[in-house]
Amino acid sequence: MKTDPHSTPANSDTLLELEPLLAIMHQAIEQKLHTISTQGCSKDDVIMIGIHTGGFWIAEKLYEKLALSTPLGSLNISFYRDDFTKIGLHPEVKPSQLPVALDDKHIILVDDVLFTGRTVRAALNEIFDYGRPASVTLAVLFDRGGRELPIYAEIVGQTLNLETAQQIKLCGPSPLKIVKTEC
Amino acid sequence: MISKNIQLDEQGRLKHFLSIEGFKRQHLISILDAAEPFANVHEQAVKKVPLLRGKTIVNLFFEASTRTRTTFELAAKRLSADVLNININTSATSKGESLLDMLHNLEAMHCDMFIVRHNQSGAAHLIAQHVSPHISVINAGDGCHSHPSQAMLDMFTIRRHKKEFANLIVIIVGDILHSRVARSQIHALNTLGVSEVRVVAPKTLIPTQIETLGVHVYHDMQSALIGADVIIMLRLQKERMQGALLPSEDEYYHQYGLTEQKLAYAKPDAIVMHPGPINRGVEIASSIADGPQSVILEQVTNGIAIRMAVMSQTLGRSLKIKPPKQTTAIAEESH
Repeated sequence: MKTDPHSTPANSDTLLELEPLLAIMHQAIEQKLHTISTQGCSKDDVIMIGIHTGGFWIAEKLYEKLALSTPLGSLNISFYRDDFTKIGLHPEVKPSQLPVALDDKHIILVDDVLFTGRTVRAALNEIFDYGRPASVTLAVLFDRGGRELPIYAEIVGQTLNLETAQQIKLCGPSPLKIVKTEC
Repeated sequence: MISKNIQLDEQGRLKHFLSIEGFKRQHLISILDAAEPFANVHEQAVKKVPLLRGKTIVNLFFEASTRTRTTFELAAKRLSADVLNININTSATSKGESLLDMLHNLEAMHCDMFIVRHNQSGAAHLIAQHVSPHISVINAGDGCHSHPSQAMLDMFTIRRHKKEFANLIVIIVGDILHSRVARSQIHALNTLGVSEVRVVAPKTLIPTQIETLGVHVYHDMQSALIGADVIIMLRLQKERMQGALLPSEDEYYHQYGLTEQKLAYAKPDAIVMHPGPINRGVEIASSIADGPQSVILEQVTNGIAIRMAVMSQTLGRSLKIKPPKQTTAIAEESH
């Protein structure tokens, strides 16, 4: 599956630009869609969902490149966070928008940065409160390591090796910009 | 920096929710904003979010209630909290136990929140002053004083229909004298900056000096209705009336009941609200209550979202003190 050089995650300490990373993710998602279609599923069975906010911005860009027939969903995991009692409710929670039933659907779950895995854990819990999907594939712009939970991204734009104190984030929505900071 | 408002903690976060007075516009807006995503939770197959999992919330209702008690209970359950409903009539207070002793017993059972309705004004404040620091108290209506969660669900409903509060003319019709809802609504509407609040009732049902709350008093319904964007009808609270305040219900309906003929004086897109329970043919005609301009049942639905917002804001306060700036950064960036 990773024979195509364009779909191989970049692995270096130099940050790639957004567009090449999106191209890598796009390729990999197309391959995934092909795999799903060989299992007898149509495009109506695939839903792309972006995690609010950075993941949704990335999902919007990818959604433009793909010819999906289902509307793009957005997921706000604030109500499912495991640190609610420590940090309280985020003051500006936007509602999740999941326009179609998730039962038996193949979900492409998109986020910007995969780090501890806690956000994805919360997202999975929320998704299952909306229905029982056939599968969930995680697609992220960056995998920066540092996992605290057994979470795996099948589709990755770039793998980074960052110190714990280093942060990478996405600023946007227009223009979308990758920002690397030291804490 | 140190606030005398016991509803806020040292960091200015919502701790108790007892009355609208003492809150600034930004506080009320933040509650309304927090309620928006909760209004969608019922769309999930599992109509629950795990936000208050493991918290215990006690409904302490010393006075009859259907809507308020059940929507508070539903709100708590949709946040995954455990809910205890104390039936006061069969509880130990009828064996002579004092209110505060009863509360201390509930505290000893490690409850996290009391939702209090009482026929005495100030009951929720009194309880808030005597509970342990980790406990939040929410006023679900005290005497003729305050019913802040009802006022906030009304503001939420108004905002959903009218978008902005500025330029709105809101009229409140009926038993203003006994209405804690009206008092909380007046405070909320003025804090949120509506253009004008008019109260309409016979002289016997208007408290003296109500003008000091920033309202215009009308005794003639027709002139009050002209230009109105929002019409809030109130129930005659006969259980609280002492003495002859009204000649008859028929006479009241004739003068102050909302009929299609009277509604025509308001703006064509005016919405009709009522905190419930409604008395058809006393303060409102059936054709209006069930008509296209009525948002009465929407108010009930919105009550769940508002109560979820208030509960999660009060119980979501950090037990460990952290500067608010850092809180935002973590909330956005912990992947």
